[in-house]
Amino acid sequence: MPAVTIVYAVLFYVATAVLVGGVAYKVYVYASTPAPLKIPTTPAPTTLLGVAGRMLREVTVFESLFKSNKWIWLFGIMFHFALLLVLLQHLRYFTQPVWFWVVLEQPFGVYAGFLMVVGLLGLWARRFLVDRVRYITSPSDHLMLALLLAIAVSGLAMKFVFHTNIIALKQFFLGLLSFQLEPLPADPVLLIHLALVATLMIIFPISKLLHAPGVFFSPTRNQVDNPREHRHVAGWSASINNPGGR
Amino acid sequence: MANFETPALREYPVIPLIHAGVMAESKPYVAKPEHQEPLGFPGKLVDNWESVAVKKLGELVDESRALRVFLDTCVKCGSCTDKCHYYLGTSDPKNMPVARQDLLRSVYRRYYTLSGKLFPKLVGARDMTKEVLDEWYSYFHQCSQCRRCSVFCPYGIDTAEVSMAARDIMDAVGVGQKYSNEIIGKVFKIGNNLGLPEPALRNTLDGLEEDVKDATGVDVKFPLDEKGAEVLLITPSADFFAEPHIDGLIGYAKVFHQAGIRWTLSSHASEAANFSMFIGSHENMHKVAIRIREAALDLGIKRIVVGECGHAWRVAYSFWNTLIGPFNFLDPNYPVPQHICEMTYDLIQRGALTLDKSANDDKIVTYHDSCNVARATRMGTMPGGQFVIPRAVIKACVNKFHDMEPGSINESTFCCGGGGGLLTDDLMEIRVKGAQPRMQALKHVVDDHGVNYLAAICAICKTQFAKVLPYYKYPMDMIGSVHGLVSNAIQLGTKE
Ligand code: HEM
Ligand code: SF4
Ligand code: SF4
Repeated sequence: MPAVTIVYAVLFYVATAVLVGGVAYKVYVYASTPAPLKIPTTPAPTTLLGVAGRMLREVTVFESLFKSNKWIWLFGIMFHFALLLVLLQHLRYFTQPVWFWVVLEQPFGVYAGFLMVVGLLGLWARRFLVDRVRYITSPSDHLMLALLLAIAVSGLAMKFVFHTNIIALKQFFLGLLSFQLEPLPADPVLLIHLALVATLMIIFPISKLLHAPGVFFSPTRNQVDNPREHRHVAGWSASINNPGGR
Repeated sequence: MANFETPALREYPVIPLIHAGVMAESKPYVAKPEHQEPLGFPGKLVDNWESVAVKKLGELVDESRALRVFLDTCVKCGSCTDKCHYYLGTSDPKNMPVARQDLLRSVYRRYYTLSGKLFPKLVGARDMTKEVLDEWYSYFHQCSQCRRCSVFCPYGIDTAEVSMAARDIMDAVGVGQKYSNEIIGKVFKIGNNLGLPEPALRNTLDGLEEDVKDATGVDVKFPLDEKGAEVLLITPSADFFAEPHIDGLIGYAKVFHQAGIRWTLSSHASEAANFSMFIGSHENMHKVAIRIREAALDLGIKRIVVGECGHAWRVAYSFWNTLIGPFNFLDPNYPVPQHICEMTYDLIQRGALTLDKSANDDKIVTYHDSCNVARATRMGTMPGGQFVIPRAVIKACVNKFHDMEPGSINESTFCCGGGGGLLTDDLMEIRVKGAQPRMQALKHVVDDHGVNYLAAICAICKTQFAKVLPYYKYPMDMIGSVHGLVSNAIQLGTKE
């Protein structure tokens, strides 16, 4: 087996382990850290179902962001929605036969790549053009956008300019799934694309990308507004024992 | 009047360009040992303060999911950057909510995240140094914990939680804020923020009975420590003699009187405010609040009603059940606690009050949603009842009411500029500048509708506005209590 194949196989096993293990660990930490007080940002839903609706609106249409800033919302929703379509489209490299809805989604997935680039460029432009956003930007914020942009551009380059052997690529990934090594096409653009994706997977659990699991654990958004009706205790507040009463 | 310029009020709100460091010198007086020690904090900066601070930060993150998630998830999208009234009023970039959080987040990243340990420069991580501590002291005392930023953040990141944590850490290393800590000490020692002892309180209430008798000819009672009363009223001590707060207290008393509800104040729990929330100290918050449970049990009352106060209503509504509950000894037919506006509103609905709106015809009224009431509590059973109910009470008492512009009321309301422990003369500059967005919205209803009365339901808002209105060329007596309007409108003697 060629050395690139072995290197990339190892890389993807490691990246997957770090991504899955890291995110699982973070989710465990978030879930097991107590929320001792009720702090939903009100007006907040008064039922669990209402909270589920609020959360759904936050993660699908970015409700709070929409209220706040239409430009960030526009570029943000463009990028995330496109990313979702692209990710779904990539399922066809990992499934045999390809699921029918992935086939149906195929034409959208291709153009989503361009949308993703536009969204990312818009978000990046804000980091230079808006003085407030420039002020709060660290080098890592630029790097993150550069990384995602490079992934998108290298992917589109393969689609439209430097075609690679998709059949062989799919064999490689299907092989990884069943713990068998199949040769990976050694095209430079593909190798770059894959290395960048693996990098993204590895930094996911130690970077701000934690916003994806984190949003579900945000007490200001996921708590039910019912402190008078139900006595809420957790963590330090669970050890309160007040004398008197019945 | 002062050595700073009052910001201009414009036709349209303008988001200022950043001016780094313009508010760096704004700092409140540091607490002396005698202010620190009664609260269980070291009297001065401890020797190994760097490690104490870092350790305390770790403990706080471990015990608060909110803090942990907030410190991890910010993507620096910038959505919150133009939402803080202190940024809008000062243009100091460290008053942008995300930048304020970053003051603490940078230290969290350095000591508690892999990326910050390995690549501090890359992710903006910083060591815990004296410069960092000084910055904390300055800018975490330029946050009124109003939660406006939290409304507009896609993950609900609440800078208030971050400032509370930062202040808790500063107290733990021995650099507390004099204003808040001295006041909490007074509550422990005397029973209320103002340091009004029981005889003085009784005297004040007797005086009020006489005043109301003189003005109306009716014997409206202001009972203190009356065992067996139905309602215990917990109200901010400012209601006992500050203007315009006291008109509110008179209003509550008249409502109780006309509705025929036996009520009482308590000298043991003569304070609704709980400044321990501002400094993020849950031990002290419990200690301040527990007096109310004790008073309720001791007096044998059936219901607790809370007077007009913003952060106090947050502590009461959101935290009391957790801190000093369960309330299984109170009447389950009423919410515990109940806001005075909820009570008055219910009585109006039931036709139990006779109100003559024309008594307020000299007033053209607008309403300031207090930040803590708006974004951290509810009234009634519907989400948003905290916006509807006080307005319904006002509209039952006045003929002329105009709301301020939509982006400055309800959940988007601007803080008065004096909340969160900033209501002290040593922070006058930030208070005046932070009031600019509210004053600007006020200007529009003044210009368009001739508004001359700004109604509020928070003791801090009332004191703050009385102080800052003149800086913006408005009369200080423009600010008033919602129950001051009720007090004017209510027709005593008609229901007896
Ligand atoms: C539950 C899923 C997710 C939700 C609800 C979500 C939501 C958001 C929101 C509201 C923003 C702020 C607006 C913006 O800048 O676009 C944001 C930013 C961002 N998201 Fe996500 N996201 C999710 C998943 C992901 C994933 C899987 C990735 C990448 C692999 C990602 C990458 C980013 C990046 C890089 C930014 C910052 C953009 C910038 O620098 O301006 N997100 N996300
Ligand atoms: S809580 Fe209020 S004062 Fe504090 S940063 Fe947010 S908007 Fe500003
Ligand atoms: S809105 Fe929230 S995620 Fe965006 S910069 Fe502000 S705190 Fe960070």
